[in-house]
Amino acid sequence: MTSVETLLNVEAIRQDFPVLHQEVKPGVPLVYLDNAASSQKPTQVIEAVSEFYRKHYANVHRGIHKLSEESTEAYEGARAKTATFINAASRREIVFTRNATESVNLVAQAWGRANLMPGDVIVLTEMEHHANIVPWQLIAKERGAEVRYVPVTDDGLLDLSGLDTLLSGPVKMVAATHMSNVLGTVNALEGLVQAAHDVGALVFVDGAQSVSHKPVDVQALDADFLAFSGHKMCGPSGIGVLYGKRELLEAMPPFLAGGDMIKRVTLEGAEWNDVPWKFEAGTPAIAQAVGLGAAVDYLTRVGMDRIYAYEQVLLGYALERLEEVPGGAGAWARPVQEGRGGGLHAGGMHPHDIAELLNDRGVAVRAGHHCAMPLHQRFNLVATTRASFYLYNTREEVDRLIEALYYAKSVFAF
Amino acid sequence: MDMYRELILDHYQNRRNWGLVEDPDIDYEEDNPLCGDHLHLTVRLDDARRVVAVGWEGEGCAISQASASMLGEAMVGKTLDELKHFSKDDILEMLGIPISPVRLKCALLSLKILKAGAYGLTGWPGEEDE
Repeated sequence: MTSVETLLNVEAIRQDFPVLHQEVKPGVPLVYLDNAASSQKPTQVIEAVSEFYRKHYANVHRGIHKLSEESTEAYEGARAKTATFINAASRREIVFTRNATESVNLVAQAWGRANLMPGDVIVLTEMEHHANIVPWQLIAKERGAEVRYVPVTDDGLLDLSGLDTLLSGPVKMVAATHMSNVLGTVNALEGLVQAAHDVGALVFVDGAQSVSHKPVDVQALDADFLAFSGHKMCGPSGIGVLYGKRELLEAMPPFLAGGDMIKRVTLEGAEWNDVPWKFEAGTPAIAQAVGLGAAVDYLTRVGMDRIYAYEQVLLGYALERLEEVPGGAGAWARPVQEGRGGGLHAGGMHPHDIAELLNDRGVAVRAGHHCAMPLHQRFNLVATTRASFYLYNTREEVDRLIEALYYAKSVFAF
Repeated sequence: MDMYRELILDHYQNRRNWGLVEDPDIDYEEDNPLCGDHLHLTVRLDDARRVVAVGWEGEGCAISQASASMLGEAMVGKTLDELKHFSKDDILEMLGIPISPVRLKCALLSLKILKAGAYGLTGWPGEEDE
């Protein structure tokens, strides 16, 4: 445990998150293990947003006055921080959206309408969140394109054995998750990216789960697009990011139209603004972007490599403890490769019942299909119970999870 | 623990009227895809249009299954018209526990299937209170 404590000073980190210090009912402290759905916010982010509203708020890019200038500087400063965080070549490659979902829709619609022809192919994986499936299905239907899926192995990994066949023909886009929100699997995408580029396809990476938990370098990954959400990485909800290679963003038509995304409008038409503002129609989520900038500062200060290493140790401990729970490890924990989350499913108990009884003991988990129905169908499951960790979780909280599972089993002992 | 009082666990573990009836007069099934709950209801009526046999099949959480088991017991002997008057409050009273808004859909799946199966109703008074 000593080595883990040198990875992260978790007790100090926990002091930064006021919401963690509460009881769900008298005598039962909260154990928050629903981080894959959304993360909690440190004081540094909460204060940054409050300070911004108290002292600097105005609309961006328009006003010739002090507050608007300060607001613009803060908003664009958050963009620069975000670019550095994922090692984008330029801040101009960072488009602010509402969330990762909107980022997928933006590319599927704006790029898809301009580039997909009937018979073209989009390759997805069976492991995707609905947000990285449905937008592509919609544009594929509209453009007469075909959607193919990389299968998932019994071990919860991408099965790339048939990749040559999947990538044959007019494949234009490959969209894959960097980290599964159900299995916790981290996909080493380098091979897939290379193979896709070799056949002239672009690569869209869903980073909603990876950017918050591990260092991500878009240039090393050579992703053409990367989507993620602020709220899963200690930032506010309502702010998301689309990273896109600049020449690709420049070649794409706009997604939403309105103010701020144009240079000039006449009664006959309009001339688009430069990227990234071309994709930011209307007043953006200004304070939320500032909050995201503060979250990036916070995570950078702690260190993404340390966070990832710490979570691996915590996950290892959780999987080890889950083996002890009666019913067998197979019934309780699906081993995950390098990931941080485990999908729990127990014979004879419905995930909703497990989650409800864990909540009784203060343990917050997620039950359901986690917006990944095709993946659940792949494993013949309708629903799972998911415990997912973040930098502020502790071994003691894993112990609380295990105790709560014993409790749930005792209620349903039959 | 309140939600898992003995009566509910008893109905969940020993679901009443389980197994479909033959030659049913009412035969309807539905999923709640969000939770993966599934219920199939069959009902046989006598000449006086009174329920003589109820048969359920399905799977799901303790709340949805116990509610179906309890509702099935209550349906036997009722006329079609009386079936029509089963309400959300009746289900909640049978369960006898506080149901959180999130779990209301689980608790009411059986009632929804009864209403849809017996009358083709997609809604009923009180449903919008959910």
